[in-house]
Amino acid sequence: MPARLPRPGRPAGGRSRRVLHALRTPIGATAAAMMALVALTAIVAPILWTDRANAHETASILAGPSAEHWIGTDAAGRDLFFRVLVATRLSVLLALGSTGIAVGIGLLLGTAPVLVGGWVSRAVTWFVGIAVAFPGFLLALFFAVIFGAGQTAAAFAIGLAGAPTFARLCQTLTGGIMNRDYVAAARIGGVSKLRLLTRHILPNIAEPLIVNATIGAGGVLLSFAGLSFLGLGVSAPAYDWGRLMYEGLSGIYIHPVAALAPGLAVMIAGMAFNLVGESAARALGLAALGELVPTHRLRRPAPLAAPMGSDEPDDGAVLRVRDLTVAFPTPAGPIHPVRGISFAVPAGGAVGLVGESGSGKSLTALAVAQLIEAPGEVGASELTFAGEAILGGDPRAHRHLLGTSLAMVFQDPMTSLNPTMRIGWQLAEVVREHGGASRQEGWERAVERLSAVRIADAPRRAHAYPHEFSGGMRQRAMIGMGVMGSPRLIIADEPTTALDVTVQEQVLDLLGSIRAADGVALLLISHDVSVVATVCDRVLVMYAGRIVEELAVDRLYGGARHPYTRLLVAAVPDMDTDLATPLPTIPGRPAPVSAIAQGCAFAARCPLADAVCRETDPEMVDDGRGSRVACWHAGEPFPDDAVPTVAVPVAVPQGESRGNAGGFAAADAGAAGAADCPVAGSPLAGSPTPTPEGGSA
Amino acid sequence: MSRLDFTDVTVRFGSGRGAIVAVDGATLSVPEGRIVGLVGESGSGKSTLARAAVGLVPLHSGAIALDGQPIPRHGPRRLQMVFQDPNSSLDPRMTVEESIGEVARFPANRAERRAEVARLLDLVHLDQSHATAYPAQLSGGQRQRVALARALAGRPDVIIADEITSSLDVSIQGTVLNLVRELQAELGLSMLFISHNLAVVRYVASLVAVMYRGQIVEHGPTEAVLGHPDHPYTRRLLAAIPTRSQRKPTP
Repeated sequence: MPARLPRPGRPAGGRSRRVLHALRTPIGATAAAMMALVALTAIVAPILWTDRANAHETASILAGPSAEHWIGTDAAGRDLFFRVLVATRLSVLLALGSTGIAVGIGLLLGTAPVLVGGWVSRAVTWFVGIAVAFPGFLLALFFAVIFGAGQTAAAFAIGLAGAPTFARLCQTLTGGIMNRDYVAAARIGGVSKLRLLTRHILPNIAEPLIVNATIGAGGVLLSFAGLSFLGLGVSAPAYDWGRLMYEGLSGIYIHPVAALAPGLAVMIAGMAFNLVGESAARALGLAALGELVPTHRLRRPAPLAAPMGSDEPDDGAVLRVRDLTVAFPTPAGPIHPVRGISFAVPAGGAVGLVGESGSGKSLTALAVAQLIEAPGEVGASELTFAGEAILGGDPRAHRHLLGTSLAMVFQDPMTSLNPTMRIGWQLAEVVREHGGASRQEGWERAVERLSAVRIADAPRRAHAYPHEFSGGMRQRAMIGMGVMGSPRLIIADEPTTALDVTVQEQVLDLLGSIRAADGVALLLISHDVSVVATVCDRVLVMYAGRIVEELAVDRLYGGARHPYTRLLVAAVPDMDTDLATPLPTIPGRPAPVSAIAQGCAFAARCPLADAVCRETDPEMVDDGRGSRVACWHAGEPFPDDAVPTVAVPVAVPQGESRGNAGGFAAADAGAAGAADCPVAGSPLAGSPTPTPEGGSA
Repeated sequence: MSRLDFTDVTVRFGSGRGAIVAVDGATLSVPEGRIVGLVGESGSGKSTLARAAVGLVPLHSGAIALDGQPIPRHGPRRLQMVFQDPNSSLDPRMTVEESIGEVARFPANRAERRAEVARLLDLVHLDQSHATAYPAQLSGGQRQRVALARALAGRPDVIIADEITSSLDVSIQGTVLNLVRELQAELGLSMLFISHNLAVVRYVASLVAVMYRGQIVEHGPTEAVLGHPDHPYTRRLLAAIPTRSQRKPTP
């Protein structure tokens, strides 16, 4: 999955890149330009033009715009253009000061519950709740009246008025962080409350807080202008934009520009703050999406894989995939998490797709279901579902076919079901949308399907909401939704990973019986080989975006020929695992899709790898007995003479601890293969079973 | 290392008639230097029991004692916990060294702290170069090892491991399980190892307890409980495990 790519450099480096990226968007660029303009004016104007702004010209009092005075003069004959410019510094500084006061008090109130527990914390929360309900400007007016006129008093008034909003924000953000396990771990570790606050909470709430403070500063600027305009803020001889508007108002019918110009300045500065905050928020939000930033236009990748082993079209296949690729653009160029895979699911058959996370199995499922969203791109020389090519052509026709004949079941049914809608209606919606059934018919079908997926007392349970179902019931309801129509294929992506073993058994059982009863084909995706082995006839093993082996399920244990398949099978402990020896493990970590080296992608972790493997990617070879494998050393026994780890009671492979973030260097690969033979002393190593046709491929 | 005893522990959420009893009179011991596996379905109260032991949830009644002494609610605990998801149990803005060093109890100065972190990284087989890495730069298995190292940094008497391999890939799960067994053998750790996976528990734990609806329904040596289960729920659990021999005939 592209979202799980290792991010190079420390997170701070990612932040500066995000800032750079934000600057390249239109809003970001506008925000930066406006902010620079405001900041520059605030710094420079008072130095250069204070004298001109304060110079009285008795000859031209309340003059209109002219070549000499661009927007005229005020009642004392002072040039208004320069007064607006010079007022920038005071206006901005006061706004920043007030925002600082608001954020400071907000932080104190918002994080107080961390430091003091019990009734004090409840009282603070209660107080903030009430204070937040008061309109901010009214509160500011109230404080301004109490503190009296003057800019310091006004700054405090507006700051205090803004504090409850920030206090509430801090409370919410802090609450979210307090629920994280790392805070629990720190508390268990005896970390003091103050340190908890400074090391764990503040750094993690800083980003959203700063963004909100920046946006807030724009609002404060406006409030300040309002107070000064009412005569409660800055008083003469000092002047800010509000004060200038106040002075200009008296002559608004004779000389409107005098009041409008400072108003325009408030607007520009306020917008600058708001836009900076908005684009910062947007940049941070983008980062949460895994930095899938479309900076390059994608070119469709040429098929990377060898053509499928057997060329005859196997008729009766409900799904046929040839040279399927999935590509995502990244700032460093496109990546290919799925690199040209070919397979078929026969009608009524069950095919399992196994591999580690990041191998591309889920993306394969999404690509087949046409659920890859832009900027991701799907390519294939053939993608046929139920006899119809579904890549390209009229998307609406495909949507109808996929909507009625393909069912998807995801890992977490809670996020796939609408929490505010009764289960029965959600199921009914499927046939009403695609089958044109009436409300009544839809409901009846939903109840019937819910009992088919063994929801007890379905007529009553159909009225329940998703949260009233247990995890297993939700997953069964999802499967029920899948079979509302008459699907030809169910794609189940880790359907039982979130479930307990007993519930997992029920769900797998259910998938099996639906398949038997209705002749529905099944594509089951799982990282757990044993789950796939329970349900499927055939198994596809995926590694780094390619299928490395396809075999019948009864050959999975003992008859697998690809080293990766063999290691994957051996790595899962079961109830017969030998307790005397360490578990066999696969050294190193999955090859990152962003940097797949030349040659076989598994070579860096493979105990059989040699120079050829690191040079040339092996092609998929059919063994003529219904198995395909892509390996130069398919079926060869693992070396059991490399035994440095056997003498140690428990061997822990060093590969992963050595792993560099960017993937495996070629030099690293040899060491990982030979010295840390992962299976030495494991049941696999000495086993005579796996290699009847050793080396024949 | 020492022994951890749960005596008639009850944990309730809410009060009055609407209260939910998450743990219902559970009695369980983790003997010195042993790994006790705690199995059960989600919602059976396994994690609540663990969180009660480290003081993250309050007890309604009963007692949890370490060597016969009640566990202090504040300050450094003699009991450490490793969480299920290393993505959320490590602060994303702290380096490995900072995360581990924060909990390390004995070092007096910066150099000693660094040495202690190096010792702990070595213990969990992580390269020293990872000390300055942020969690985002590590794989799931590496992060879980950092979490283990942090738990060990508190020099605990007992470690509670709550589903520590559930969020890991099977290929990585093996390295963490091997590490747990190795640490137990080397350091004589006492550990409460919570998992819903019986095969995993069987591999690391010498004793096992089965939890069902807030109660411990069966406990004893792993071999005996899994070999000759008494309680119907334990039998159901065992029957549900997908194994290579139990493959259903294809229709």
